[in-house]
Amino acid sequence: MPQELNYLKQTASQTAGPYVHIGLAPGRAGFDIFDHNFGHIMVTPQTVGERIIIEGLVLDGTGTPMRDALVELWQANAAGKYNNPADTQNKPIDPHFRGWGRSPCDFETGFYRFETIKPGQVMGRNGKPMAPHVSLWIVARGINIGLQTRAYFSDEEAANAADPILNLVEQDKRRKTLIASRSERDGQAVYRFDIVFQGENETVFFDV
Amino acid sequence: MSEFYQWDRAIQPKAFTPDYKTSVLRSPKAALLSLENSLSEVTGPVFNHHDIGPLDHDLIRNYAHGGDPIGERIIVHGRILDENGRPVPHTLIEFWQANAGGRYRHKKDTYLAPIDPNFGGCGRCLSDDNGAYFFRTIKPGPYPWRNYVNSWRPAHIHFSIFGSGFSQRLITQMYFEGDPLIKLCPIVQTITDPAAVERLIAPLDLNASVPLDTLAYRFDIVLRGTRSTLFENRLEGN
Ligand SMILES: [Fe+2]
Repeated sequence: MPQELNYLKQTASQTAGPYVHIGLAPGRAGFDIFDHNFGHIMVTPQTVGERIIIEGLVLDGTGTPMRDALVELWQANAAGKYNNPADTQNKPIDPHFRGWGRSPCDFETGFYRFETIKPGQVMGRNGKPMAPHVSLWIVARGINIGLQTRAYFSDEEAANAADPILNLVEQDKRRKTLIASRSERDGQAVYRFDIVFQGENETVFFDV
Repeated sequence: MSEFYQWDRAIQPKAFTPDYKTSVLRSPKAALLSLENSLSEVTGPVFNHHDIGPLDHDLIRNYAHGGDPIGERIIVHGRILDENGRPVPHTLIEFWQANAGGRYRHKKDTYLAPIDPNFGGCGRCLSDDNGAYFFRTIKPGPYPWRNYVNSWRPAHIHFSIFGSGFSQRLITQMYFEGDPLIKLCPIVQTITDPAAVERLIAPLDLNASVPLDTLAYRFDIVLRGTRSTLFENRLEGN
C-alpha cells in the first residue's frame, strides 16, 4: 500500500427539490418570515453602471418552461471587479453592488429576471481579458447537481470574438447559446437568455 | 488566490439518473465543457450579519404564532470544511424542511398532512471563524412523492451553502441516522458511492443535546478544496 492521502471527501450534491423556494425565496412559497430577503434586484440608485435586465426561460427536454427552477447570478461591477477579496485586480470596488442575485422562475410565465448593471471586462487566465459576462447557476427539482453557465452580451461582438472561454466552444452553433440578445423595452436594455436543457439549442454548461 | 480542486465525479451524482424520473428531461445531453477556474469562478458573494435576523437560525421560534411547533426538538450542528480540512468561515448556510408531519409550507405542496401554524420550515446562519454552524428546529417527517406509485422521501433537511467562490456553491440534503427509508429513496440513489451516501447521514450527537430539552444531530459538510500553487500557472496576469 502506498502512503495515504488524507484529503476529506466532498459532500455529495442532492436536488434542491420542488420546494426550494421555502428556503431560498420564502415569499415565492407563499409566506413572509425573514426581515431581509435575497432577490433579483441587484442595484440601488447609487450603483455605478448601465442599468440592464437579464431575463429568460429555463426549458426542459420538451421545450416546456421549468417554472419551479431557481437561478442565481454572479458578476463583476461596471469596472470589471468582483466584490470579493480573492479579486486582486487593481480596480475599484463598488460599495453599492454585491454582484449577486437570486431569481426563482415565475410560476405562471416561467421567466427568471435580474435587474442589474452591465459588468466590465475581467482579466482572465494568463493575461487574456474575458468579454463582459455573468455567471449563472441553475437548480430545480430533477437537477441533481447545480448547473453552471455564462451569459455574454450580443452587443460585445469584438470582445466576444476574443474571449478565451467562448473560443473553447468548438461549434459555432453551440457558442451562440452563451450569448444573451439585446433589445429595448420601455427605454430599458433587456437581454434575453434562455437556458435550454436538451435538443438543438442546448445551452453549453460548464464543468468548472 | 487559489483555484478549486475539480468536482469529484465519482462522488457527485450524474445529471441523467432515470430512476429519479424528473431528471430525464432536466439533464443536459451534451458533455459539460471543462473550464479552468478564472476570477469568475474563484470569487463569490460575501455575506455578513446584516443579512441575517436574530431568529433566523431558530426554526422553533422564527415562525411561532403564539406557540411552539409540534415535533421532536433538535439541534443540528457541524462544520463547513474544504477537502484540505480547512474551515470555511463566514459562509452563508440556508436550510429548509417539512414539518413533523412531512408537510411543507409551500403553495404547491398538497400532501394531506396538516400545516403547522407555528412552523415556517426555513432558516439560515453564517459559519463562524472555525467553520462551525448550528441551528434549532423540529425533526421533519417523511413524505410521499410521485416517482414510483409508492415512493417516500426519508426525513431530511435541505441545505444550501455558498463557500468562498461561486464554483463551491452546493445544495444537498441531510438525512437522519437509522431511517429505513434512506436506502429505498431514488433521490438518495442518484449517488452511487455508498460511502458518499453515508456522509449525508447525520448521527445522533447526545453530547451536543440539551438535557431534558433538545436532542442533537451532527452534520459536517465538505466543499471543494483550494489548490496551493506549486508551480506557477497564472490565474490572472498581464
Ligand atoms: Fe424535501
